[in-house]
Amino acid sequence: MKLNKVGALAAVSILAFAACSSSGASSAPSAAAPSAEAPSAAPSEGAPVDDPLGTVEIQAGEPVHVAYWGVLSGPDSTLGEDSRQGVEVAIDDLGQFMGHDILLTSEDGLCTPEGGATAATKLAADSTLVGLIGSACSDEAVGGIKAITEAGLTTISPSNTRPALTAPDRDATYAGYLRTAHNDNFQGKVAAEYSYNQLGIRKAATIHDGSAYAEALVGVFEAEFTTLGGEIVASEAIAKGTTDMSTTLKTMSAAGPELIYMPMFVAESGFLVSQIPSTTGLENVKTLGADGHYSPDFLKAAGSDAVGHLQTSPNFSAFTGDYAGFLEKRAAKFGGTPLSAFHAQAYDATNMMFAALAKVAVENADGSLTVPKGALRDAIYATKDFVGLTGTLSCSATGDCGAPVIAVYEVTQADVDALVMPATPIFP
Amino acid sequence: MNARKLDRVTDVAIDVFMWSFKAVIIAVVVVGSVLTLLSGTYTPADWLELVGAGLTQGSIYAMIALGYTMVYGILRMINFAHGEIFMAGSFGGYFALVALASTGMLSQGVAVSLFAIGLAILAAMAVSVLLAVGVERIAYRPLRDAPRLVPLISAIGASLFLQYSFRGFFGSGLYAYPTPDFLKQDAPIPLLSMRWVDVLVVVASLAMMTVLYLFVMRSKLGTSIRAVSEDQGTAALMGIDANRAIVMTFVIGAAMAGAAGVLYGLAFIQVTYFMGVIPGIKAFTAAVLGGIGNVPGALLGGLFLGLIEAIGPTLFLSGFGVPATNQLKDAVAFTMLVLVLVFRPSGILGERVTRSRA
Amino acid sequence: MTAVAIQPTDMPGAGAADTWNLRRVLQISVIAGVVAIYLCLVGIVPVFAERPLIVDVLELGQAALLITFGAASYLAGMDQVKASWLRAVVVGAIVGAITGAFLTGLVLLGEAIDLRSVFLNASPTLYALLTDGIVLTGPIVPIVAGAITGALAAVILGLPSAIRVPLVIGLSSLLFFGLFAGLLRTPMLVTPLRDVARFMFGSEGLTAAGAAIVFVVSVGTTAIVRRTKPRQRVNALPPRQRRLVVGPLGLLVLALVLLFPLAMGPFFAQVIALVAIFVLLGMGLNITLGLAGLLDLGFVAFFAVGAYTVALLTSTAEYGLANWGFWEAVPFAVLFAMLFGLILGLPILRIRGDYLAIATLGFGEIIRILAGSDLMKPILGGPRGILNIPKPLDVPPTHWLSGPVQIYYIALAFAAVVAFIAWRLRSSRLGRSWMAIREDEDVAEGMGVNLVQTKLLAYMLGGAFAGLAGAISAGLVGSIFASSIQLQLSINVAAIVIVGGMGSIPGVVVGALILVGLPELFREFSDYRLLFYGIALMVIMILRPEGLLPSRVTRRELHTSRELADVPDSELVTDEERREASLP
Repeated sequence: MKLNKVGALAAVSILAFAACSSSGASSAPSAAAPSAEAPSAAPSEGAPVDDPLGTVEIQAGEPVHVAYWGVLSGPDSTLGEDSRQGVEVAIDDLGQFMGHDILLTSEDGLCTPEGGATAATKLAADSTLVGLIGSACSDEAVGGIKAITEAGLTTISPSNTRPALTAPDRDATYAGYLRTAHNDNFQGKVAAEYSYNQLGIRKAATIHDGSAYAEALVGVFEAEFTTLGGEIVASEAIAKGTTDMSTTLKTMSAAGPELIYMPMFVAESGFLVSQIPSTTGLENVKTLGADGHYSPDFLKAAGSDAVGHLQTSPNFSAFTGDYAGFLEKRAAKFGGTPLSAFHAQAYDATNMMFAALAKVAVENADGSLTVPKGALRDAIYATKDFVGLTGTLSCSATGDCGAPVIAVYEVTQADVDALVMPATPIFP
Repeated sequence: MNARKLDRVTDVAIDVFMWSFKAVIIAVVVVGSVLTLLSGTYTPADWLELVGAGLTQGSIYAMIALGYTMVYGILRMINFAHGEIFMAGSFGGYFALVALASTGMLSQGVAVSLFAIGLAILAAMAVSVLLAVGVERIAYRPLRDAPRLVPLISAIGASLFLQYSFRGFFGSGLYAYPTPDFLKQDAPIPLLSMRWVDVLVVVASLAMMTVLYLFVMRSKLGTSIRAVSEDQGTAALMGIDANRAIVMTFVIGAAMAGAAGVLYGLAFIQVTYFMGVIPGIKAFTAAVLGGIGNVPGALLGGLFLGLIEAIGPTLFLSGFGVPATNQLKDAVAFTMLVLVLVFRPSGILGERVTRSRA
Repeated sequence: MTAVAIQPTDMPGAGAADTWNLRRVLQISVIAGVVAIYLCLVGIVPVFAERPLIVDVLELGQAALLITFGAASYLAGMDQVKASWLRAVVVGAIVGAITGAFLTGLVLLGEAIDLRSVFLNASPTLYALLTDGIVLTGPIVPIVAGAITGALAAVILGLPSAIRVPLVIGLSSLLFFGLFAGLLRTPMLVTPLRDVARFMFGSEGLTAAGAAIVFVVSVGTTAIVRRTKPRQRVNALPPRQRRLVVGPLGLLVLALVLLFPLAMGPFFAQVIALVAIFVLLGMGLNITLGLAGLLDLGFVAFFAVGAYTVALLTSTAEYGLANWGFWEAVPFAVLFAMLFGLILGLPILRIRGDYLAIATLGFGEIIRILAGSDLMKPILGGPRGILNIPKPLDVPPTHWLSGPVQIYYIALAFAAVVAFIAWRLRSSRLGRSWMAIREDEDVAEGMGVNLVQTKLLAYMLGGAFAGLAGAISAGLVGSIFASSIQLQLSINVAAIVIVGGMGSIPGVVVGALILVGLPELFREFSDYRLLFYGIALMVIMILRPEGLLPSRVTRRELHTSRELADVPDSELVTDEERREASLP
């Protein structure tokens, strides 16, 4: 009886190893790829395409598959939906790629590292996938990037702004990660410089909501502001989901700041701004926010209390491309105004990816396409002077492609009445 | 023999631990408060401002807590969907108020505005009551005789169902209550710095809870509810329709939650599909603090929780130089909860249900 | 306890044989009509109107409505079919038509007044969808579609069971494969089966050819199984021979489990690894809640302790303290979680029932808040979290054990070990003491159970399992953030234990598969999967209040004395046997 069991286990383990070796063989780069003698649009050297990271074969009549990953559900979903709409408009503009349709699928990353890991793992397992746009939240990128890099794929994020993601000392597993979003090191710096130099603020208070995004921005702001010679009189924080800000505001008012730096998301920013007027001691304080609540929902939440509120966000008026045209196309497809601030970056990321793809994809005699994944990644990193909506983009060796164009906006009564975020910056 | 010795040693060790646990928390509270007050960062006026904020928040907690406490009293189940009933009321009131606002009622003076708000509260109550009765009928009634924790899971299911149904109906964006401007002005109340809307919240909730208390204590239906809470079997023998009493409990709790939804919307503006989760948990905490199944306890627990949240973090912790004390608001509140339960395992006022059914 | 009987509500089929029972027909129609309107307004119909089940033939949005029509008619027809098939068909058509009429009403109402200012989905797109038939257009479409679907459903109902059952199973398989086609296609594309995958599955939904194959195969298989009755035959065998059949089957299942990630690719491995982590958590809570009856809604705290311990001890990035290997850190994670169980358990020893639930919930929240706070940031990293937690097995990315596959095996192995420990514990003296205090603390104490030690051990052992789960989870994700510590996790674990069946070890596995695994497979439906998660919790609890796989002991114990008197022992045993018989 016992022997039986041992034998069975042995059989099972042999099976397991047999299976793994067979699956290993089949996932190896297909050497049997048909040799391409037909004219190819890319500067190919002919002959079988070989790539250290493997290739993607797209049969004639099959679509070129790209994916968007990022938060699409829950309270933060507008961030992901906004970017995905940008990607969709870009794909509509591209129409076809080398005679193939373009297929976009999306995967929800839930705005958490775990969700990002699952989404990325699922996409990385898809052998038809050429490249990815995403993630939406920086947390998702932290969780998911490893799976993508190890699958030989490359992702371009339109909305991750966390500095660490493209820091010079980033991990080797980040090789497949680039972004067209600006780096928050830059956004925080602009906020600090604007406050100190333009507004003449010397005493500032900061507040974050416990999110990695706000906490990082506050960190940058405090460092830069202190370097300039200003003083941080209060560093406050609240828990996400807090509705009553009066205690926090009271603590801040006791420190007597001239400005509150509050790079939080829509809900908390709304509560904070609308409760400032009823806090004694903060009647004349200025508020400066960031792109996290650059959304009409913020104006809804804060109402006329938002008038005079300052905000850093991508500089839409400095966008070199046809941004107005983009907005029209977007409105025709999805209606209304953009949901968040990163649609244009998503549009650029998509176009950047396909521009690089056009350089490396090899068209074979039977109408199929071969995409070498490693070459594609290199080509994306090699992007230089790419003209997009957000500016002229060049990628750094650590994946920063975003045009550093941050502007400061001021909310006016007209903006509140129309429920549209201000589009013309007051600085620069 | 050794086992008994071990038992005695552990008993002593546990007693020592419990005493030091209580002592440490109380010491932190007392020393922290003294340090904070001595530092003189905050003026008495500042503290009173915080009290005002705590009262507003606490009144809303209290109104929601009522539904928890009554349902718990009669069915001994945690109605996890109650936060969503509150959310639904807030949405119902929002659409009613927007419709009324479009007729210009909110800009025709204080009396008309208050009347419109009253109508919105009625609409909110209707929506909440409808949903609560539906949830009771579908998700709870079939489980009346099931093991105690089964309705709890069903309630969590109902809560998610309601939450994401509203997400589907109304989207994930936020809706902003059209609070009339006069409510945002400061009210001339000595000492406490409060806006009119805060006054409205506190007064309305106190009034509604008083009426409810009288109803439960004096009316025939109220008596039947109390009877069923006390002992369902005996009540049935006395000719009381238990089902009717139970449904009535849900109706009352939901009506209060619906009204709280409107008051919340007026005070805090934002309405979203997930707004019920945190107030729901807080209100349940308030119900436990006050003593479950106990109507005055819900009020007391709600106000206590609101005040602790408003004053606690600053008073207890800022004296120690803890960074960003307000971030720890909920941690302070829950520590106080545990402390209260350690001293009084059945809440401040004690529970009004018989132990045998626990 | 309660002596109040539940009012008799709807009595299905009461006196149905000779009357039309119009009241019931109307009742079903109205409920179905409300459901149909709900499906439209909540967004399921319009949002998934482009999501194919069968490419170019049937979309999910429309299918949802057709299923509503069909199910309502099927239910209504069940009373009638005994009288006559024709009558059932007529009733089916009527029910379908009334249900459809509700949608027609919605369209007409929507065209008269602006519903969209309240309901986002009441858009012209929805109305177009509802009024755009194959042959005709206009508001009449839902009524006609409802009548036809309803009549068809009733026709199926009247067929002899030898045809009806395979047909229904065939249709269900279409739905199943239509939903999961994309998921199945992806792993198949890297195997020699890639052409089969392309032929049968689109990137979303079945191809028409694939649908035909799935339908024929499932109908055929069901018909054959029904004809040959393999299960009954096996059951009829003498025990010895039965073992000969069941044994290899069990081994086959084991082999499938072990080969699963290699065949199905890393995504499925990731999902199952996640399930296994929740199985560990569930086993832990199964001790605290399932056996000892202590409702702990702050279970995430132990998970956090385990995850952060591993993170601090192993991380090579900022905040890492020791740069240990994963395996050296795991015992400490378990130990600290256990210790935390002790510290948490002591103050709440004398708190009972639901007061305990809120006190533990409070502890969970305190841990969550502290982990993300500025106060603890210098140690735990606050919102930035702790990064670069090494994988348990250090293999190159190309190795077959890299990524989620290794976590799959590790989590599975741990789950098996923990299940064994939990199973041994349950039948131990300690386990019986736990069950005693679950039933009645006072009596248990009277019987000589040391309440203090027994309760503390429940917290400590439950915590140890959860700490282990946290440690593995940290290894899986490779990082830990304050935002990963969520109250929802505690609630999910409690749901797993109760849905599976309190105190039942196989129940935890089934609960985790359904409540954690399934939602992961439905990722593409974003928020709607939580909607269905909620519905599933309610439905499971209403249909099986004792859980999906209750243990015999627990089941008997969970019944109060009064009920126990009503339920003879023999019935419990029969039930148990029936359950066993239904296992493969």
